[in-house]
Amino acid sequence: MNGGKGRALTEGQRAERRLGLWLCAPAALIMVVVTGWPIVYSVLLSLQRYDLRFPEDKAWIGLSNYATVLTSEVWWNAFWVTLLITVVSVAIELVLGMLLAFAMYRAIVGRGLIRTVVLIPYGIVTVAAAYGWKYAWTPGTGWLAGLLPEGSAPLTERGPAIAIIILAEVWKTTPFMALLLMAGLAVVPEELLRAASVDGATLWQRFTRVTLPLMKPAILVALLFRTLDAFRIFDNVYVLTNGSQGTGSVSISAYHNLIGGLNLGIGSTMSVLILVTVAIIAVVFIIGFGTAAPGSER
Amino acid sequence: MEAGRRSVSGWTVANVVVVLYAMVPVLWIASLSFKDPSTFTDGSFVPRKWTLGNYAGIFTNADFVRGLVNSIGIGLISTFVAIVFGTMAAYAVARLSFPGKRLLIGVSLLIAMFPQISLVSPLFQIERALGLFNTWAGLILPYITFALPLTIYTLSAFFREIPWELEKAAKMDGATPFQAFWQVIVPLAAPGMVTTAILAFIFCWNDFLFAISLTSSDAARTAPATISFFTGSTQFEDPTGSISAAAVVITIPIVIFVLFFQRRIVAGLTSGAVKG
Repeated sequence: MNGGKGRALTEGQRAERRLGLWLCAPAALIMVVVTGWPIVYSVLLSLQRYDLRFPEDKAWIGLSNYATVLTSEVWWNAFWVTLLITVVSVAIELVLGMLLAFAMYRAIVGRGLIRTVVLIPYGIVTVAAAYGWKYAWTPGTGWLAGLLPEGSAPLTERGPAIAIIILAEVWKTTPFMALLLMAGLAVVPEELLRAASVDGATLWQRFTRVTLPLMKPAILVALLFRTLDAFRIFDNVYVLTNGSQGTGSVSISAYHNLIGGLNLGIGSTMSVLILVTVAIIAVVFIIGFGTAAPGSER
Repeated sequence: MEAGRRSVSGWTVANVVVVLYAMVPVLWIASLSFKDPSTFTDGSFVPRKWTLGNYAGIFTNADFVRGLVNSIGIGLISTFVAIVFGTMAAYAVARLSFPGKRLLIGVSLLIAMFPQISLVSPLFQIERALGLFNTWAGLILPYITFALPLTIYTLSAFFREIPWELEKAAKMDGATPFQAFWQVIVPLAAPGMVTTAILAFIFCWNDFLFAISLTSSDAARTAPATISFFTGSTQFEDPTGSISAAAVVITIPIVIFVLFFQRRIVAGLTSGAVKG
């Protein structure tokens, strides 16, 4: 009797394992087929001289595409511009996002209203919003350009153009950051804040000593998601400047080499380098997470 | 009482700031779309001469209409497939113990963070070789792939909230694990699935990079990509009006989702991303 029960259990466990694997199989298969082989293929392409305009020149050239890209001023310019956009926009988003998260979480009037309107920048098609920003800053047409001194065309100058790209990025993604941070605010126990308040802690002290430490995992997740997302910035740059005046991001450079230049070798090399950079950023963050890494069992 | 009134007015100010922040850029593009082409360069925030001509223009533009059809079709199919497969995987992740679960979570997380540009060159080549380039399937495949991590995360968070006991009770009453899943869990999970479907659809609807890289004609080009190819040759010289009107049109579905499903979208975004 006892033995039969034990067997039934393992039978059940085996069935559960089988079911688990079968249920995951289609999703896993699609994800691996659509990303796995292409990544390998992309590495292979990066080791070849392969320009679709001169297909007969195709040859294995080892790492020389990497040498070409890594010694190219255009690449490094794109790299630093991307890093600048990433760091500045994520920093601004963290501050604005925190304020917005507080507003959405604590508001005593109109909470539903603000939770609704912030979803519009989150959901709007990036390209649609980017055209709005582009026209807003176009001399003559735009309401924002009209506020600038006569004769300025901000999108044609490097500094102002990068600032506008950052503005467009921040506007669109701060709500997402705020929503992730709001989830973090929800884990801060109300009693703890009240106790701190009774003990005479000011609003700022309650925020820095109680709320922030408890929110650390949520903040790190939000920062990780947004940093990696910002690093692959493409749509806003494509519409606003298309990379002119040295404002291109790494994704724009790779795109121009691939689709514009049809240079698969160089384009793939850039793709691989972007992937490596993203991996490094992710690893740095995950080390920072410690045990709070997403995906680890709670 | 005094303090209460002060904080109410404080929050009112905060609300106004947030509403202006979110709405002004959207209203600007809407305003531009209603401006008569002769007044594009007046720099005014509110149209001085209203017209519906820009909308009439884009809806008689075969490329744009086709782009909309492509966007809707590709978005719906990708969302449907991602939800079906994502639901299966998320259920397994939330409820079953099986080898490779952490691997699946890890792979999904990697894909969620993956720079899409890194797939553009290999997919461009592979899809041309397989005849998938410039077809719906050619866009649906990467969209499903990038929507799946989101679906699995969000849905597994929802699934964890569903009480275990119900499923156990169903099994005790003689239901197989599959019946327990299909007849007990799925109806309870339906709200979460709607939320996740909206998020996945927004992702597909929003994509631009794959849409311009993996298409070459209006056979599969989606609306955001079509807009970026507006040159204005059909309508005067200046594409400003058509682009603005088209931008407004592709924003409408988002506004509808937000108005009707605000609570669910917020719940979906906050639960999936943090609880992971």
